[in-house]
Amino acid sequence: MTNAWTDIKNTDLVVVMGGNAAEAHPCGFKWVTEAKAHRGAKLIVVDPRYTRTASVSDVYAPIRQGSDITFLNAVINYCIQNDKVQWEYTKAYTNAAFIVKEGFGYADGLFSGYDEEKRDYDRSSWDYEFGEDGFAKVDPTLQHPRCVWNLLKAHVAAYTPELVERICGTPRQKFLQIAGMIAECSSPTKTMTSMYALGWTQHSHGAQNIRAMAMLQLILGNIGVRGGGMNALRGHSNIQGLTDLGLMSHLLTGYLNMPTEKEVDYKTYMASRQFRPLRPGQTSYWQNYSKFMVSFQKAMWGDAATAENDWCYHYLSKLDVPAYDILRMFELMNQGKVNGYICQGFNPLLAFPNRGKVAAGLARLKFLITMDPLETETARFWENHGDFNDVDTKAIQTEVFQLPTVCFAEDQGSLTNSGRWLQWFWPAATPPGEAKADTWIMAQIFLRMRELYRKEGGAFPDPILNLSWQYHNPGEPEPEELAKEINGRALTDLRDPADPSRILVEAGKQVVNFSQLRDDGSTMSGCWIYSGCFNEAGNNMARRDNHDPDNTGAHPNWTFAWPLNRRTLYNRASADLDGKPWDPSRKLLEWDGAKWVGYDVPDIAPTAKPRDVMPFIMNQEGVSRLFARGMLRDGPFPAHMEPFESPIANPFNPKMRGNPVGRIFESDVAQFGTSEEFPYAATSYRLTEHFHYWTKHNRVNAALQPEFFVELSEELAREKGIAGGSWVRVWSKRGSVRAKAVVTKRIRPLICDGKTVHVIGIPLHWGFVGAARKGFGPNSLSPFVGEANIETPGYKAFLVNIEPSTAPRGGVVA
Amino acid sequence: MNMELSRRGFMKAAGAGVAATSLGAMGFGGAEAAVIAHVRPMKLASTTETRNTCTYCSVACGIIMYSKGDVRKGERAELVHVEGDADHPTNLGTLCPKGAALKDFVRAETRLRQPMHRRPGSDRFEPISWDAALDRIARLMKDDRDANFLASNADGVPVNRWATTGMLAASATTNETAWATFKVAKTLGIVGFDNQARV
Repeated sequence: MTNAWTDIKNTDLVVVMGGNAAEAHPCGFKWVTEAKAHRGAKLIVVDPRYTRTASVSDVYAPIRQGSDITFLNAVINYCIQNDKVQWEYTKAYTNAAFIVKEGFGYADGLFSGYDEEKRDYDRSSWDYEFGEDGFAKVDPTLQHPRCVWNLLKAHVAAYTPELVERICGTPRQKFLQIAGMIAECSSPTKTMTSMYALGWTQHSHGAQNIRAMAMLQLILGNIGVRGGGMNALRGHSNIQGLTDLGLMSHLLTGYLNMPTEKEVDYKTYMASRQFRPLRPGQTSYWQNYSKFMVSFQKAMWGDAATAENDWCYHYLSKLDVPAYDILRMFELMNQGKVNGYICQGFNPLLAFPNRGKVAAGLARLKFLITMDPLETETARFWENHGDFNDVDTKAIQTEVFQLPTVCFAEDQGSLTNSGRWLQWFWPAATPPGEAKADTWIMAQIFLRMRELYRKEGGAFPDPILNLSWQYHNPGEPEPEELAKEINGRALTDLRDPADPSRILVEAGKQVVNFSQLRDDGSTMSGCWIYSGCFNEAGNNMARRDNHDPDNTGAHPNWTFAWPLNRRTLYNRASADLDGKPWDPSRKLLEWDGAKWVGYDVPDIAPTAKPRDVMPFIMNQEGVSRLFARGMLRDGPFPAHMEPFESPIANPFNPKMRGNPVGRIFESDVAQFGTSEEFPYAATSYRLTEHFHYWTKHNRVNAALQPEFFVELSEELAREKGIAGGSWVRVWSKRGSVRAKAVVTKRIRPLICDGKTVHVIGIPLHWGFVGAARKGFGPNSLSPFVGEANIETPGYKAFLVNIEPSTAPRGGVVA
Repeated sequence: MNMELSRRGFMKAAGAGVAATSLGAMGFGGAEAAVIAHVRPMKLASTTETRNTCTYCSVACGIIMYSKGDVRKGERAELVHVEGDADHPTNLGTLCPKGAALKDFVRAETRLRQPMHRRPGSDRFEPISWDAALDRIARLMKDDRDANFLASNADGVPVNRWATTGMLAASATTNETAWATFKVAKTLGIVGFDNQARV
């Protein structure tokens, strides 16, 4: 989230698309209710199903899953056509005026540079025109035919209300009503917030869904303001934290990147990360990259990391592919190229797409290690449960270790919520039996392996032998010790560059925040963006002062928000070019003539003069990007793309299947279905009583929504002779499930491209362990497709068939 | 710090005050001792309160956990009740249908209690000691790493990839656990390393 849950009360209009907050994030959604009750805010819901969020909305519109870009581009087009643009914001704070170089183009659903063979773009034409001074050329009058604004205008011109009706199945009048409501938020004193979740991310074009809304929010002037923003609701309690800390194949901590093979040494790695400002006087904060990188290397390898050995750059793995993401790992497993797998609090047998392929992959492992507080289907993937897990146990040669861990009630530490608050919590119970903390287990595995490498030697033992592991009890590092390491400290006395007689931080003391980090080896910090969380003032994540001066929703002294305890990202943009708040009643910051003051930590240097320094300090341009240059693989603007399995052809290019650069493996292509064989558009979701596969261990939640079902419209049920509550079989090219039919008015057939499109909803929760009845999940059916930029599997739009059926075999109760 | 101002203490004081005042006003001052003698103390009055965060979604509602026993004093503690934390700015004491049933998650029958081991081809899990499990895991991992570690590519560039063992990290663990996990996985050279954010 750019903003916080508590900030939603400041909004005038909530748009929920790609999410179902009332159901999936009920206590956060209360802030929408608050805005409706006390500000008169309106709620718009656009979703294939009439969800629980829709049931309390002011306007609901149906949409075919996977067609959100068309809807959003059409809203952008509507705003441009009707002059509903926050012009001062758009001209000053976006790259609308930047001139794009010749050669950039878009035709037949594809941008310039497409290589069909490689299924990739040559993105060199997706860039600005640069002057001899090295800066990007701009035309503040927006007259230049190739300025971003005119290219955007041309790009979205095709997205008319008629096209929305044709592609999305949304009635034209409904679209126009919603577009009109959104357009009103171009006023500097009206804001809209976007709340989205996996309904936008789990597509082969997920990043472009989000970009389309972000661009709309920018031209409406809704980023950086109270009640505005792009608010990813996010999933697990610490999914934000694990992303921030870089527990991903392609990341290091704090959004530093894993090196690739092409970055043969540290100098080469840093050469593409200079982040020179692209306009005069701009901050381009990533210019500090090397300070964060060296401090990270020092946190990892301590004294072993020196200037002479490039801070142990070669201890890091170098990637030969964009990422060894989960789909690639299961593809490699199926090829017999993976021997071992560790699942810490993760249940891939139910969480990853094409369950048949996932199960086959696990069966080819030599060893599988699970760490979990609860039973998981993954730990028991070798156990036969009739139709629910039809495997040949004897043939599976995988050795499995199931390790019991503590759960939150027995643990201590911080979790980062979707609003970027790092909140500390304390343990309340004794772990059951021999269950152990994950930190203990990881330490024990590490210490044993280090000992083996000490004794026996082996493949490149250096990073293992030199890993900084200086804890009070090396066998179980304490949460506070780890948190202090994440924050970082001075390794030698840090002197003031302006006055070397003055020591800013003594050796061994915690740095106050990342502004004190250096790239000469004198500081260490595990994760720069978290620096400030645990400094010499103490554990700031444990702060519990809930006061909220003037009820802005900021709660500045409640725990700690990254970065620097900043509650709203880009908050400098809440004020105009001269530093006056766009809306005085919703002030966040203002320029007092000498510095920025207000309710939040300024997202700009405190003395950076307005008009000189632009608000988007992380971007080299200093402004936000309506045109993304080559930063996304599938286009500098969002363009309509169909799902890989779609009931209609792409009207922009009928030959184009899915995202032209979406990640697919050769072995999966044969498993894509067509609309002739699989006529119905399926989607997946979660119920408010459930949290993924966990709550089926809990009798209360298991009983509240006891049985696996699929939802279908009354029209489709009539057509197929399916009675409510009867058994049906639903199948795709990849698998088959049996479920109870819920025949509902919540789903209505859509008319898309002249065809009737029936939507089938498939909730997730059920498996074959726990207190709930046995059942299936959408992953038995969904395709093995990765998002073009980040390889997130698409669960929200695929094709199935359905027929009346009988109960599954293998007992209904787990 | 307002943690020190215990809700339990507050309720005790407030409850006693209300009882004494109303009884006194009705002229039953003498009955007070008799009432106190047979009214059971509030069940939560003898528990330990702990501030925690709901483990489910990333709204991260504040919760108060009530236990018999105090783990911070080294005692055995059993969770007996969970409720929303009224001091928390986001949820203001409220909980959803999942959060309200958190106690049953913590005390689920299917909580794991001891390490288990499944031999190749076997149809069952068998108990294994922590030491035996961890020794065996370290051995399997080291052998696989030594056999399949790619130190450099065809051009002689050090690439240090161990791609034959992968790891999924848990996005319901703490940042501190995540950092310890990150250090171990990345230093071993595990490139097939992801968490739920990928999904």
